[in-house]
Amino acid sequence: MKPTNINDPEYFHKVVDCQYACPAHTPVPEYIRLITAGKYSEAYMVNWESNVFPGILGRTCDRPCEPACRRGRVEEEPVAICRLKRVAADNKDDVRSRMPQIPAVKNGKRIALIGGGPSSLTVARDLAPLGYEIHLYDDQEAGGGMMRSQIPSFRLPVSVLNEEVNYILDMGIHVHFKRYVSSLKEILDQGYDAVYVGTGAPRGRGLELPGLVEAAANVHVGIEWLASVAFEHTRSIGKKVIVLGGGNTAMDCCRTSRRIGGEQVKVLVRSPFSEMKASPWEKEDAMHEDIPILENHVPKTYVAENGKLVGMTFEKVHAVYDENGKRSLLPIGDPDVFVEADDVLVAIGQQNTFTWIERDLGLDFDQWNMPVVDKLTHQSSHPKVFFGGDAAWGPKNVITAVAHGHQAAVSIDLFLRGQDLKDRPSPFTNLVSQKMGIHEWSYDNAVEPDYRYVVPQADKELTLADRKLEVELGFDLKTAFKEAQRCLNCDVQTVFSDSKCIECDACVDICPTSCITFTPNGEEEDLRHRLNAPAVNVAQSLYVSGALTTGRVMVKDEDVCLHCGLCAERCPTSAWDMQHYLYKVTKAGHSCSK
Amino acid sequence: MTYIRPKFRHPSAPTNDLGYTKREYEGALSTLCAGCGHDSISGAIIQAYFELSVPPHRIAKLSGIGCSSKTPTYFLGKSHGFNSVHGRMPSVATGANMANRDLMYLGVSGDGDTASIGMGQFVHIVRRNLNIVYIVMNNGCYGLTKGQDSATADAGSKSKAGSVNPFQPIDLAGLALELGAGFVAQSFSGDKPQLIELIKEAVKYPGFALINVISPCVTFNNNPGSTKSYDYVREHIEATATVDYVPLKTEITAAYAEGTGTDVEMHDGTFIRLEKLAAHSNPYNRLTAITALQVARMKNAILTGLVFLEPDPTDLHETLDTSEVALNKMTETDLCPGKQELENINASLR
Ligand SMILES: Cc1cc2nc3c(=O)[nH]c(=O)nc-3n(C[C@H](O)[C@H](O)[C@H](O)COP(=O)(O)OP(=O)(O)OC[C@H]3O[C@@H](n4cnc5c(N)ncnc54)[C@H](O)[C@@H]3O)c2cc1C
Ligand SMILES: Cc1ncc(C[n+]2csc(CCOP(=O)(O)OP(=O)(O)O)c2C)c(N)n1
Ligand code: SF4
Ligand code: SF4
Ligand code: SF4
Ligand SMILES: [Mg+2]
Repeated sequence: MKPTNINDPEYFHKVVDCQYACPAHTPVPEYIRLITAGKYSEAYMVNWESNVFPGILGRTCDRPCEPACRRGRVEEEPVAICRLKRVAADNKDDVRSRMPQIPAVKNGKRIALIGGGPSSLTVARDLAPLGYEIHLYDDQEAGGGMMRSQIPSFRLPVSVLNEEVNYILDMGIHVHFKRYVSSLKEILDQGYDAVYVGTGAPRGRGLELPGLVEAAANVHVGIEWLASVAFEHTRSIGKKVIVLGGGNTAMDCCRTSRRIGGEQVKVLVRSPFSEMKASPWEKEDAMHEDIPILENHVPKTYVAENGKLVGMTFEKVHAVYDENGKRSLLPIGDPDVFVEADDVLVAIGQQNTFTWIERDLGLDFDQWNMPVVDKLTHQSSHPKVFFGGDAAWGPKNVITAVAHGHQAAVSIDLFLRGQDLKDRPSPFTNLVSQKMGIHEWSYDNAVEPDYRYVVPQADKELTLADRKLEVELGFDLKTAFKEAQRCLNCDVQTVFSDSKCIECDACVDICPTSCITFTPNGEEEDLRHRLNAPAVNVAQSLYVSGALTTGRVMVKDEDVCLHCGLCAERCPTSAWDMQHYLYKVTKAGHSCSK
Repeated sequence: MTYIRPKFRHPSAPTNDLGYTKREYEGALSTLCAGCGHDSISGAIIQAYFELSVPPHRIAKLSGIGCSSKTPTYFLGKSHGFNSVHGRMPSVATGANMANRDLMYLGVSGDGDTASIGMGQFVHIVRRNLNIVYIVMNNGCYGLTKGQDSATADAGSKSKAGSVNPFQPIDLAGLALELGAGFVAQSFSGDKPQLIELIKEAVKYPGFALINVISPCVTFNNNPGSTKSYDYVREHIEATATVDYVPLKTEITAAYAEGTGTDVEMHDGTFIRLEKLAAHSNPYNRLTAITALQVARMKNAILTGLVFLEPDPTDLHETLDTSEVALNKMTETDLCPGKQELENINASLR
C-alpha cells in the first residue's frame, strides 16, 4: 500500500466515527470532554455551531452517531452521545453573548425562506450574521416546523423548543407566520435574491379500506392528529385506540393517545417486530407505557356499527424472503382478527406536496413529482431557488435537515457573491500535539471500563397523566461525568513519523487492542490478513507508513484503537504522538468559526 | 503516565487451545524505559506461552535483580513468581524445582545478574542440568544502576559517557556449551519471530535451556560505539537457521518429503524443525557449535538462532533419582516417616 496521506482532511475525520456519521459532523468528543470539565456553556456552543438545536436534538435526535461509535466495537454499547448533548443544554449559563453579532447595516440582499422548520432556521442562522435580510414564511403560528407540530411535548418541552428557535428568530429575522405560501411565483415576484424551500413533507398518508366512509369520523391521519393535539385543537381520544404503522410517528401517536384518554392503546404493524422502522428506544418507551405492539397484522377493513367505528379486522401474515432477500408478507391462513376501537390513528407515512409551485417557472420536477435538486449545492434548476430538509429528498430527521441547511446556506452565500457553487470552501482543520511531558497528555487518556448509564425517567403515573410532562429526566451531573468518561477521545489521533522509528516493537507490545504491526508491505487485501489481529472491518482504514530501516512498514488498523496513547507513551523516540484533530464543516462565510 | 492497562482487547483476538486470549498471559504495565529491549522479550514470552497453550498457573517464573529481573511483573501475571536476591535466582529455582517438579520453570536474569554477581550460581545450574528455561536479557550493562559496563560488554564497546570498555566479554553461550548445556540459543529482542520460536522450543526442552538475548538498553547503552545498540546489532546479526516449533498435532510428513529440513523429536512427541541449516553450523555437534560461536566472534558477528541441541538430556531429577511425586503431593507420613525410619537410615550409614 502507499503511505497514508494524513494531510487529507478526510483521513482523520473518518477516524472520529461519531463525528463522521453525524450528518452535521458535530465534533462530538470535543464537547464530551468539555462536559467532563464542567464547561457546559462551551460544550453547548460547540454543538450549537454545528447542529443548531443542542437542547432539542439532545432529546430527540435519531442519533446516527451512536451505532457508529467506536465504543460499540470494543464493548456492548456506544457512548450515550445524544443524552450528553442534553446535559450541556440543560446546564449551560446564558449563552447569548457567545452567539454571533448581527450587523445593523445589511448587505442589501434579501432571502425568502419558505417553511419554518429546522432546515430553514439553520439557513437563517448561518446567513443572518452575514448581513442578509431574511424573511421566513410558515403556515403555523410559531417557528420550528414539525419539531413543534409533531414531536410531542413529553419528549420535547415547548420551553426548550422556544428557546432554541428564538435564538435564531431574534437575529432580526422577518417572520411571516400563519402565512401559507400558495404560489412560489408570488414570492419570486417580490424580488427576493434567493428563495429557500424548507417546507418538509407535510402530508400524512391515509389508508383507504372498506368501511372507511361510515367510520371516517373516528379515523385520523397520524401527523394531522398530532399537530392538532400540539396546537390544542384536539384534547381527547376514545378509550380504545388502534394505531396503524411501525415508525416513530406511530410511536408518538400511541404514546400521545395514552395521555389524553386512551386506555387500551394498541399498535398494529404489518411487518415483523424486528423490522419496524421505529428506533429501538421508541419501541421500548411505548411498551413501557403498556402499549402492546402486534406484529404481522395487515389491516383489512374498518368496521362500523350504526354509523360509528367499532374496530378493525386484520389478516395475520408472516414474512417470507426470496433469494434476493426481498420480503413478502403472506397470509398464514388464520381467520381474520377483529380488534375493537373507538378511534384509529393512521401513521403509515408522509409525503411531500408541491402543488403550490407553478410548473412554468423553469423549476424542473422528476417523474415522482419531486423537484430536481443538486445533491451537493441544493440548487434547483431555477438558479435562485434552493431546497433542503424533508422537502428536498423526502422525510428524514432534524439533524439531516440541519446539515442540509448549512450546505444550502453556503450555496446561497456563494451564489449571491457571484461565485462557483461547486467550488466548496474546504473544512477548517487543526492537528495539535497533546504532549505535556514524557508520559503526560493534555487529554484524559485512561480508558474507563464502565458500561453505558441509563437515563432516568419520571414516574409513569405522572407522565401518563400530563401530556406535557417530560418523560426523560436527563443525566444528573455525576452520572453525566461518568458517562462522558466512557468516550474514547477518537479525535486525539495517533500520528506516526517514519523517520523517528527505531523499530523497537514497544508500541506493538503495549497496544491493548493489537492495532499495530510492523511487516513487509503488500496490497491492502493481503495486509489486512497478516496483521497481529485480522483487520476485518473494511469500513475502517489502515494507516500505513513509508518504508522503515529494515524495509518493513508500520501498519495500524484504525478499527478498534482505544486512543489510549500507550503506544506514544512507550515509544522511546516519539515516533508516535497523540495529536488532537479538530474538523469543522465550513459554514457560510465562516460566520461561526473563530 | 498510565499505570493501568485498558480492559478492552481486540474483539477478534485469537484464542489458543485452552480458549484463552493473550490477555491471560499478560502482566502489569511495564515501568521500564520506553523502548527497552526487555519489554520486547516480555512480549515474546507472552506470545510463546500463549501459543503453547500452557495453563498460566502451571508456570513458575523466577528472577534476580535488575531491570531484566523486574520483567516477570510484566508478563504471566497469573503464574507463580519469585523475585530473589541479586544473582541468586539459580539456587532458588533449583530448590523450587526439586520440591515441585510438576511446574514449568522460567528463570529470567540480566547480564549483570548472571555474568557478574551471579556467575557462581549460573555455572552450577548449567552443569547440574536443572529443567528450566533460562533467559538472559543481555544489554551489556547494569541498566538498573544506570548503565555501568557489565561482564558481557564487548572489549572496545563505548559507553554512553564515552569510556571504552578494556575487558574481554564473557560469552554466556560459549560458557554454557563448555559446561555441558543441552540447549543453547541466542537471539535479539528486535527479532520477535525468531525469539518466540526459540522460547517455545526451550519450554518444551526437558533440561536446562539457555537463551542469551541481546536486548538494547535504550537509555544507557544505545549510543553510537556501543555493540549492544539497536543499530549495531541489526547490522551484525547472523542467523544460524530458521527454526520452527512443531506442535504434536501438526502433520510433519509433508516437509520430510521435501528433504530440506531436519526435525528433532522432543520427549513428548513434539518436534523442533530446523530448516536450511547454515553450512558452518551443525547444532547437534557441540564441537562445531563452539566453533561457530568463535568464528562469529572473530568476524564481529552476532550468531543468533539455535546454537546447540542435545536431543536426549538427563536432567537433575533423573541424575539424583528423586521421587516422581512432587513434595506438595505427598502425605505427611511420606514426608515425615518417623523416628524409626531415621534410625534405620543412620544405622545403614554406620
Ligand atoms: C411524528 C413525528 C415525529 C418525529 N420525531 C422526530 C424525532 O424525534 N427526531 C428527529 O430527528 N426527527 C423527527 N421527526 C422528523 C422531523 O420532524 C423532520 O424530519 C424535520 O422536522 C424536517 O425539517 P424541515 O425543516 O425539512 O421541515 P419541517 O420541520 O417539516 O418544517 C416545514 C414547515 O413548513 C411548513 N410549510 C409547508 N408547506 C408550506 C407552505 N406552502 N407555506 C408555508 N409553510 C409551509 C410546515 O407547516 C412546517 O411548519 C418526526 C416526524 C414526525 C412526523
Ligand atoms: C547484592 C546486590 N549487589 C548489588 C546490587 C545493585 N544492583 C542492582 S541491579 C544491578 C545490576 C543489574 O544488571 P543486570 O542484571 O544486567 O540487569 P539490567 O538492569 O541491565 O537489566 C546491581 C549491581 C544489588 N541490588 N544487590
Ligand atoms: S492509542 Fe496506540 S496503544 Fe492505544 S489502542 Fe490506539 S494504537 Fe493501541
Ligand atoms: S515504539 Fe516507537 S520506535 Fe518503537 S517501534 Fe513503535 S513507533 Fe517505532
Ligand atoms: S535502564 Fe536500560 S535496561 Fe533498564 S529499563 Fe531503561 S532501557 Fe531498559
Ligand atoms: Mg544488563
